[in-house]
Amino acid sequence: MDNWTFGLTMIIVGMGGTLLTLWILSLLMSVLKKIFPYTKEEK
Amino acid sequence: MLEAIGSGLSGLVAGFLHMHWSNPIMIVVGLVLLYLGIKKDIEPVLLVPIGFGCILVNIPFAGLMEKDGFLRIIYEAGILTELFPLFIFVGIGAMTDFGPLLENPKIFLLGAAGQFGIFLTLALALALGFTKLQAVSIGIIGACDGPTAIYVTSLYAPELLGAVSVAAYCYMSLVPIIQPPIMRALTTQEERVINMGSVKKSASKTTKLLFPLVVTIIGGLIAPKGLALLGTIMLGNFMKECGVVSRLTKASENEIANIVTLLLGISIGATMDGKVFLTSQTLIILVLGFFAICLDTACGILFGKLLKVVTGGKVNPLIGAAGISAYPMSARVVQKEGQKYDKKNYLLMHAMGANTGGQVGSVLAAAVMLSVLKGLGVV
Repeated sequence: MDNWTFGLTMIIVGMGGTLLTLWILSLLMSVLKKIFPYTKEEK
Repeated sequence: MLEAIGSGLSGLVAGFLHMHWSNPIMIVVGLVLLYLGIKKDIEPVLLVPIGFGCILVNIPFAGLMEKDGFLRIIYEAGILTELFPLFIFVGIGAMTDFGPLLENPKIFLLGAAGQFGIFLTLALALALGFTKLQAVSIGIIGACDGPTAIYVTSLYAPELLGAVSVAAYCYMSLVPIIQPPIMRALTTQEERVINMGSVKKSASKTTKLLFPLVVTIIGGLIAPKGLALLGTIMLGNFMKECGVVSRLTKASENEIANIVTLLLGISIGATMDGKVFLTSQTLIILVLGFFAICLDTACGILFGKLLKVVTGGKVNPLIGAAGISAYPMSARVVQKEGQKYDKKNYLLMHAMGANTGGQVGSVLAAAVMLSVLKGLGVV
């Protein structure tokens, strides 16, 4: 694979993959917060 | 008799006679690192052992990095096996409170934007003629995360370990100098004074406990080649949040982290032999590392501006600069910069959220990168 293709693939898949993974994790965290809400007792 | 005395004396001057021109320069570099650590308080815990290791390895004839030399043994046991950065990650996980991030999970995205510099710098390094795996190791300086940079570099380009590690740790500590001009250049006065209000505690103990498990499982499934990085930081955090293994948590954040930091620092310093370190390549790596961190900051702020638009002006773009892994330094820089324009604007906890997001983001970016490399058949 030439450097140009490699670099472009890393930018698109690497950046995209990182963003997508963190977006999925942020959604899961929001869901978890709804399933296990913070209660006053925890204060 | 005189001949024997002469031979004996020659052993005492051999160190001076066999000094390569690069050795005295590197001894000065080692002294400068010690000075920065001691006098300027720049990452002293790392720069002191790195500086000392650098001096040790540049004294000829000592053989400390040759077979059976004590530095070589430490290097092979902890760096080549990638164990040291992983142990450090357990400690980092045990020390980090992901609470501010969990209060507003959207901020996770800033932790992704803060990693874009990694990939852009990788492309630049390729354009400058570095090999694919060297470019990956140089790009990872943009993770702003020493252990991640060391892990990836020792795996794929151990010949660059000294330069990449020094760049990663030095730039990380220079975040308070590097970031503010970029923050000012990319934001307007109106944006800098956006008040995001106070952070309300909304994440339950169960959510905090499940967070490291979810990140490990989902992140591991998406990027299995980086699971060692992700798994160790999340193990540390899980131990902290579960609350039943306080002895292990304390050991991870104190004894283990301290011992490993010492061994890691001294063995990184040991890779700075003048004959291999003093090259134009090292200089280019230092410049590219600087470029990577500037790009991270710029991309984080620009993404912050995007979030500001999407949320109808509720997000202060300055917190985007904290989407890197330099924790908690970067969050403090955001707080300080925000208060320059509005003394009553407290951005610290929001920035802490972005900053912890940056920590997870940097590890995930490295994990994604390793898995993409495997997918491409490069490794």
